Amino acid sequence: MKKILQNCYLAIIFLFLYAPIAVLMIFSFNDNKSRVRWYGFTLDWYVELFQDSQILNSLYVTLVVALAAAVISTLLGTVAAMGIHCMKRRSKTVYLTLNNIPMSTSDTIMGVTFMLLFAALSLPKGYLTLILAHTTFCIPGVVLSVRPMLRQLDKSTYEAALDLGATPSQALRQVILPEIMPGIVTGAIMAFTISIDDFVVSYFTAGSNTQPLSVVIYSMTRRRISPKINAVSTLMFLIILVLLIVINMRSSRDAKKKS
Amino acid sequence: MKKWFAYPYGVWMIVFIVAPILLVVGYAFTDKSGAFTLANFGSVAAYAGIFGRSFLLAAVSTAVCLLMGYPLAYIMSRSGPRLQSIYMTLIMLPMWMNFLLRTYAWMSILENKGFINTFLQKIGFIDLLNRTLVPAMGWEALEYIPLINNSFAVVLGMVYNFLPFMVLPIYTVLIKLDPKIIEAAQDLGAPQSIVFRRVIFPLSLPGVISGITMVFVPAVSTFVISKMLGGGKEMMIGDLIELQFMGNAYNPQIGSAIALVMMLLIFACMAIMNRFDDGRGEEGGLML
Amino acid sequence: MNKTSRACALLLAAALPLSLTACGGSSSENGEVYVYNWGEYIDTDLISQFEKETGIKVIYNTFETNEGLYTKLQTESYDVIIPSDYMIGRMIDEDMLQPLDYSKIPNMELIDEAYTHLEFDPEQAYSVPYTWGVVGVIYNADKVDAADIGSWDLLWNEKYAGETAMFDNSRDALGVALKYLGYSLNTTDEGELRETAQFIMDKKELFQGFFMDQVLEKLPNEELVAAPYYNGDAVTMMEENESLSFYVPKEGTNLFVDAMCIPANAKNVDNAHAFINFMTSAEAALANAEYIGYSSPNNGALALMDEETRNDPISYPSTENTETFLNLPVATNELYTDLWTEILKN
Repeated sequence: MKKILQNCYLAIIFLFLYAPIAVLMIFSFNDNKSRVRWYGFTLDWYVELFQDSQILNSLYVTLVVALAAAVISTLLGTVAAMGIHCMKRRSKTVYLTLNNIPMSTSDTIMGVTFMLLFAALSLPKGYLTLILAHTTFCIPGVVLSVRPMLRQLDKSTYEAALDLGATPSQALRQVILPEIMPGIVTGAIMAFTISIDDFVVSYFTAGSNTQPLSVVIYSMTRRRISPKINAVSTLMFLIILVLLIVINMRSSRDAKKKS
Repeated sequence: MKKWFAYPYGVWMIVFIVAPILLVVGYAFTDKSGAFTLANFGSVAAYAGIFGRSFLLAAVSTAVCLLMGYPLAYIMSRSGPRLQSIYMTLIMLPMWMNFLLRTYAWMSILENKGFINTFLQKIGFIDLLNRTLVPAMGWEALEYIPLINNSFAVVLGMVYNFLPFMVLPIYTVLIKLDPKIIEAAQDLGAPQSIVFRRVIFPLSLPGVISGITMVFVPAVSTFVISKMLGGGKEMMIGDLIELQFMGNAYNPQIGSAIALVMMLLIFACMAIMNRFDDGRGEEGGLML
Repeated sequence: MNKTSRACALLLAAALPLSLTACGGSSSENGEVYVYNWGEYIDTDLISQFEKETGIKVIYNTFETNEGLYTKLQTESYDVIIPSDYMIGRMIDEDMLQPLDYSKIPNMELIDEAYTHLEFDPEQAYSVPYTWGVVGVIYNADKVDAADIGSWDLLWNEKYAGETAMFDNSRDALGVALKYLGYSLNTTDEGELRETAQFIMDKKELFQGFFMDQVLEKLPNEELVAAPYYNGDAVTMMEENESLSFYVPKEGTNLFVDAMCIPANAKNVDNAHAFINFMTSAEAALANAEYIGYSSPNNGALALMDEETRNDPISYPSTENTETFLNLPVATNELYTDLWTEILKN
């Protein structure tokens, strides 16, 4: 009984999460720009997609920036979360308050101030400025997902490792890191997600040959968003899904071998 | 693990967070000629309604995310390790599709003649309502269920976009809970509801706090969702700030003042929440 | 806690941004041209055709609003931009554009004189018209009585309450009401503007919502029976739903012209001229007009078009009784922002 209830709940949640995704994927095959009415099956948008260098180029920019921002913010954010954890109450509060600022300002303000900041630093707009800006608004998520892990950590394990003769860096790597790993992974995933989704800050910090996909899509909203975008999203979705299945099959095969 | 670990981020924050914020503060307290003024904050007062609405909708969305997300995180944390990673990717995957596309897809679903209403019409649900509930309540006959161009749609849009940010922090905390503590409580004969209320939920509070922060804080300043799904008849703070910077007049002074007030209000909300957290979780997590 | 490790951490923090500076720009031997246009506002085949013909690499970027373009231009350099009328006026006033060398744009002679020397660029020194159009009412002829059409007032006709929409930006929305009330689109009179805003506020409950691009989906799918939008989009929507139609209200309307300009800080001025000239050729303008669906100011393109399109009163409406947006003084623009927040406050 409980199991059924649980599965119903999961089904509803995943229906909620995937209903719009199904819609946008189905309409990538629509023989019209409509997002509501079905006009017949076509692959034209996929063909056109591969001829559209602006979209392909922007997809590349998006992925480079999101990966770089995720890596840098995960490193910096994890280490920072450890440092913050060891702080006294007052400096902890200062850090955590500052950490919340990027999330609590409106994107528009963040974008405009970044634009002015980069102009003041005379940094040419491009990958660098995009990555700096994205890293800044990705770190808070990493800190917020690593911090609960540290708070759960049993302090005595770390001390025990030191007592047993481990150097602090060994203790860190072999005791603490494995314990907080789920938080780090979550933080990295969230950073990647936030970076991919942003279009306002990107708009202001992108250079003239580094327009991320989200900005290209937003610029289409005076007219109609081209179904080429649905097509590129569908492809991304399928690629990730296939990768996941492959990884999963592999790991289950490995697990079988081991046993 | 030492506190200087945080210093690189400290420097980063000074350059990329403190410096821009000082710029915002500078704008907020000056007029067009650059002279000191408090007038900008005076004009913010006129927008109290917009503030109230934005905070309310953000709070409702956060609550819905928590109610929907906690059980999901809990179920995930009780599954086998392989299932866990599958769940995790299944939850994040939709978020890697573009935000605008997702929101437009919701429009297609929620429209008065959209997918949901068409479906309800086809299965005769709307007729059923018209024959039962509608006369009983004395309403006019329904042609469709109004799902779009209202606050419901805005909350739905926000919940959809922020749900993963609630689920993941809670989930990571739950998988790290010591199963022995739960077993101990069960061995002592506590019924499951009490074990949850007294043991599991309090221990997962750090994750809940992170989740609430990750949802509520950005939800207050969100824009576009209200325009797309809410019908655009009522502004939210994010729209208001956007209008000051990107509307007819470039007005960073008032825009900055609005953003500062919004930020202070958000911090006030966070402080209240953290106080509640400190009483229970802060050191408790380490002690147990 | 020792001092060296603290110093190391600080150093690391300082070095991080620097180590990232390695990414630079690329260059192409045949030169480049940086084009900044609206999204979905070009037949992309034309870009590759231009690249093939001239050997100039096009770096193509898109923006969403005139204001977004304006802000971006403060710190970035582009070679060709395509703003709308009033923004061109503003950029001219602020010395952000450079005069064009028409000897390098021989195709300029193809541009119809009806769309040149307009008030925003009276000397026609800075811009080459790209598209034009008028705002009107798109309505569903099956649902709207023929007796109710002809005026802007269809949008707030109580018979269709909840089934009409209004523009979701201040200039366009107030523009509709200004015209209805018999004022100029470019009025700076505070009393007139306040009266107009009050008018919209009074009618607000009758609208289903304030929409922009959403109407492109909501009209063909019959979520709405009438909404204001551009004639070029009406043509596209009518292909999807044959019940739709379009009229220019009798009170007059807004004529918009989007035109190609070269910013003052452009780096590849010659290539920019080449690009503008290419886009103004009869064939390119025709391809573009067909792709975008907006009216073409190019007589060469018109000559190549079939008669039906050229004479279609929706594709090529009369420009009589129209007015173009002009750049407004700062105080008026601020008033617009205030009035708009007033309208959408609750």
